[in-house]
Amino acid sequence: MLAETAAAVRGRPPLGPEPLEPVPHRVVGCRKETDDVTTLSLESLSGATPTFAPGQFNMLTAYGVGEAAISVSSSRREAGALRHTVRDVGPVSAALCRARLGDVVGVRGPFGKSWGVGEADLATGDVVVVAGGIGLAPLRGAIDELVHRPDADGGRVFVLTGARDPSQLIFGDDLEAWGRAGAVVAVTVDTAPRGWTGHVGLVTSLLGGIDCDPGTTTALICGPEIMMRFTAKALVDRGIDPRRIKLSMERNMQCGLGWCGHCQLGPYLLCRDGPVLPYGGDVARLMTERER
Amino acid sequence: MTAEVDAFVASHPLFAGLPAGVTSEIAACCRTVAYGPDELLLVEGQPADTLFLVQRGRVAIEIHGADRGTLVVETVETGGAVGWSWLFPPYRWNFDARALGPVGAVAADATCLRAKMDADDEFGRLLVTRVAGVLLERLQATRLRLLDLYGADRAG
Ligand SMILES: Cc1cc2nc3c(=O)[nH]c(=O)nc-3n(C[C@H](O)[C@H](O)[C@H](O)COP(=O)(O)OP(=O)(O)OC[C@H]3O[C@@H](n4cnc5c(N)ncnc54)[C@H](O)[C@@H]3O)c2cc1C
Ligand code: FES
Repeated sequence: MLAETAAAVRGRPPLGPEPLEPVPHRVVGCRKETDDVTTLSLESLSGATPTFAPGQFNMLTAYGVGEAAISVSSSRREAGALRHTVRDVGPVSAALCRARLGDVVGVRGPFGKSWGVGEADLATGDVVVVAGGIGLAPLRGAIDELVHRPDADGGRVFVLTGARDPSQLIFGDDLEAWGRAGAVVAVTVDTAPRGWTGHVGLVTSLLGGIDCDPGTTTALICGPEIMMRFTAKALVDRGIDPRRIKLSMERNMQCGLGWCGHCQLGPYLLCRDGPVLPYGGDVARLMTERER
Repeated sequence: MTAEVDAFVASHPLFAGLPAGVTSEIAACCRTVAYGPDELLLVEGQPADTLFLVQRGRVAIEIHGADRGTLVVETVETGGAVGWSWLFPPYRWNFDARALGPVGAVAADATCLRAKMDADDEFGRLLVTRVAGVLLERLQATRLRLLDLYGADRAG
């Protein structure tokens, strides 16, 4: 463990004050997605919008409360404010969800490795995107770019998303828009009241209904870790190369810069080497190892 | 039994790959059925007498509680199968199954299937192995849903 930590922090960026200083942003939009999930649109007080790649995250500061890692949920195709979709689970996320128009929030980042949308391996071929719950947030920008790939050479996009019940589904308008843009979109919930005519079952049960070509498929998965594990296994069983299955891994983040070691997963510092990692290699093993 | 039913049973994911003689024996117990939106395929407490192989449409597996209303616990679509209680005494349904729109299915008569299982051990073994495979899949999915993964989740 100590050797792994030493290896992981080697090559960390030089210490400097700037990346640790949150840049004040004004809340210019608040949208309630569900009873405990809110999307904030943020504009820098200096007017400069930082560039990001889908899958990266920012450290958001609720001034006077604290800081939390929150993925960018904007699409690079959307002009203007930077979006973050936050689930209220504790002090910082609750304060962010309570933010009102005009409030100021601190932003540090963006940090980490992205899904790689726009890079060669995702330019063509089928892409299967599997999201659970708020896991759709870091995938939103990636899906939006994927369904508008300029020359996908026949490659299709499948978007499979699951939630606890219909009231917990987020981004309903986006799901419809992606379907209209040609993506195969399937939604499932764990349970539903009578009157729901959609699918009920585990998100992995949606995989049986899609006809992706395993030879060309890349998969992007984000959700609860156990869900990601079972989804990745099901995709491998379908013949998809584990190295082409990408997961967004989550650990407690503090510095976001590869300095403090809080986000360690085996040899990786997830703020720097992740959060997006391929399932192939050692991640499959690390996901089943008990943390000591 | 028609050649169409025979072909459907042989290609249905529950039975695909079984010897043709076995799938024809199953098909000999089958007929096609159709249900309109909201119609019940099976009713909790009633005798479990049918295995449905869904040809088209979506079927909701439901349970009703006076305090919670009707809850859909699972849906089964084209290529899936509905109804397992016919295999185990006391042969009564534990849930309702409702068509969520027009549903077409091939319905296997359970008494006929059970008689063939009793008469032919190999037929019985093959059938039970296939059914057990689906039940294992459903058990694993149910266990994961029991964890309420999204409820406890913070992934994003
Ligand atoms: C790369 C990355 C991207 C993220 N993106 C998003 C996003 O887009 N939207 C979003 O809402 N959240 C996201 N999160 C999660 C978010 O950072 C955490 O939920 C954060 O802890 C919230 O802070 P808090 O002060 O509100 O709650 P905390 O006080 O930190 O947490 C409340 C409770 O949860 C427990 N807890 C804290 N962290 C974890 C953990 N990692 N696993 C299990 N339990 C934990 C605490 O012990 C505490 O009991 C992301 C996390 C990472 C690492
Ligand atoms: S090393 Fe500090 S959060 Fe990753």
